[in-house]
Amino acid sequence: MKYIVAIIQPSRLTAVHEALVAVGVEGLTSSEVQGYGRQKGKSEIYRGAEYTVHFLPKVKIELAVAADMADKAVEAIKSVSATGKIGDGKIFILNLEDAMRIRTGETGVDAL
Amino acid sequence: MRNFNKFLGVAVATVAAVALPTMAFAQELPEHGVYIMNSVLFLMAGFLVMFMACGFCMLEAGLVRAKNTTMQLTKNMALFSIAAVGYYLMGYNLMYPLGDWSIEGYFSGLFPAVAVMEAVGISAEGADDISYASTGSDYFFQLMFCAATASIVSGTVAERVKLWPFLVFTLVLTAFIYPLQASWKWGGGFLDEMGFLDFAGSTVVHSVGGWAALAGALVIGARTGKYKDGRVIPMPGANLPLATLGTFILWLGWFGFNGGSQLAMGTIGDVADVSRIFANTNAAAAGGSIAALILTQIFYKKVDLTMVLNGALAGLVSITAEPLTPTLGAATLIGAVGGVIVVFAVPFLDKLKIDDVVGAIPVHLIAGIWGTLAVPLTNSDASFGTQITSIVIVGVFTFVVSYIVWMLLKMFMGVRVSEEDEIAGLDNAELGMEAYPEFTR
Repeated sequence: MKYIVAIIQPSRLTAVHEALVAVGVEGLTSSEVQGYGRQKGKSEIYRGAEYTVHFLPKVKIELAVAADMADKAVEAIKSVSATGKIGDGKIFILNLEDAMRIRTGETGVDAL
Repeated sequence: MRNFNKFLGVAVATVAAVALPTMAFAQELPEHGVYIMNSVLFLMAGFLVMFMACGFCMLEAGLVRAKNTTMQLTKNMALFSIAAVGYYLMGYNLMYPLGDWSIEGYFSGLFPAVAVMEAVGISAEGADDISYASTGSDYFFQLMFCAATASIVSGTVAERVKLWPFLVFTLVLTAFIYPLQASWKWGGGFLDEMGFLDFAGSTVVHSVGGWAALAGALVIGARTGKYKDGRVIPMPGANLPLATLGTFILWLGWFGFNGGSQLAMGTIGDVADVSRIFANTNAAAAGGSIAALILTQIFYKKVDLTMVLNGALAGLVSITAEPLTPTLGAATLIGAVGGVIVVFAVPFLDKLKIDDVVGAIPVHLIAGIWGTLAVPLTNSDASFGTQITSIVIVGVFTFVVSYIVWMLLKMFMGVRVSEEDEIAGLDNAELGMEAYPEFTR
């Protein structure tokens, strides 16, 4: 099993959700986050004085999938969230040891 | 509209022909009509100016950070109320000696010290001045100007001044500083004798508020963290919709501020003048707004809304000293210069490390000086020499007295909150009440 964490542009969430459903992903968690990567925030001017916004608003999505689904899911996220511009975000893929569905107590791939 | 007017003309003529026999019994009406119309102007313009208190309040609530919102609302509510007490106790009669001076042209006789209105339900004989307007309407109108002066100060010293010292300053400003210098011009004092012209108060109201604010900003000091390592750290306002609402409310209120300052509406000439003033006032605000729009786009590559809001207000302040004589085109240009002043003065004050949260000093003080200087451009009765002399006299008096009062407050009460309280926000530290307790940050 793989655990996929992706940081994406907030405006791409709907498209990413649709793409993941299309490849058969069963569940997804999203949260509003703030952060920066290589871009290091951006500068703005307020009343004549320049200042840097260090943390830009992003959306973080998290999903757990069976190992053979991981490549399809990653490709789905990448294909719809890439605009080619700086700030598109990153995808992290982690090994997932186990999972449990709380209602039934099922574990492993059955819980996904 | 033109066709409608023609129809209205015919209708009025018809009604007049029918009513003529009745009118003959009321030959004295025109004289009382002047009293009534003038009083109506004062009342109508007065409640427009009253609403400017709301405009200042919303503008300031929008330009402070969320953690200081409740405090800013509290200060605006309190200062408007305290102005009513200060102006009643001493301000009104200090400002209008009606020829009865203790020191001719400089200091009112102050008897009675408190403001007194006409009796209840008077007839023509009981009126203080049947040829002009009711005293109650005049008092109401003038009080609103006094309160506007106090509103200017609160925006500059926001986010770090303590509540009670600020309110004590407000009382001194509204009972003494504002009315005394206003008596020199509007009370028929020595500046008026000199030929100083300031129609609705670019100097008498706006610059005075600005000088008092500047003195406060210098004594209180900048917000913690505003100027660090030679850099200016912006502290963006929490709510730009509120700031914009406040600006539009001020824009609306200004029609009363300038239009009401015609001080009469009982003749065709006066009504036509009030109309010119309304239109010119609007033109100047538009000019100021457009100037700031264009300049911020050029200098900063992006339009800065807060500067555009300040620009519109600076346009309004600029036209306030002479809203009657300019053409619509001249009024637009006079206002536009106000907008230019804002775009340059806001960063300039930051260079001097004078922390003015809402830009009240550029808008009211500097554009107020410009507006006063612009009077001779369209009004041949004014002279640059007299205008400059008056700006300096009013400026020195207001700044020095305000500075002394702020210093005394600093010595005896302390004027700013602790650094810890400032960082936590005045809402929590001084009031224990947040503007939006259910929002997370």
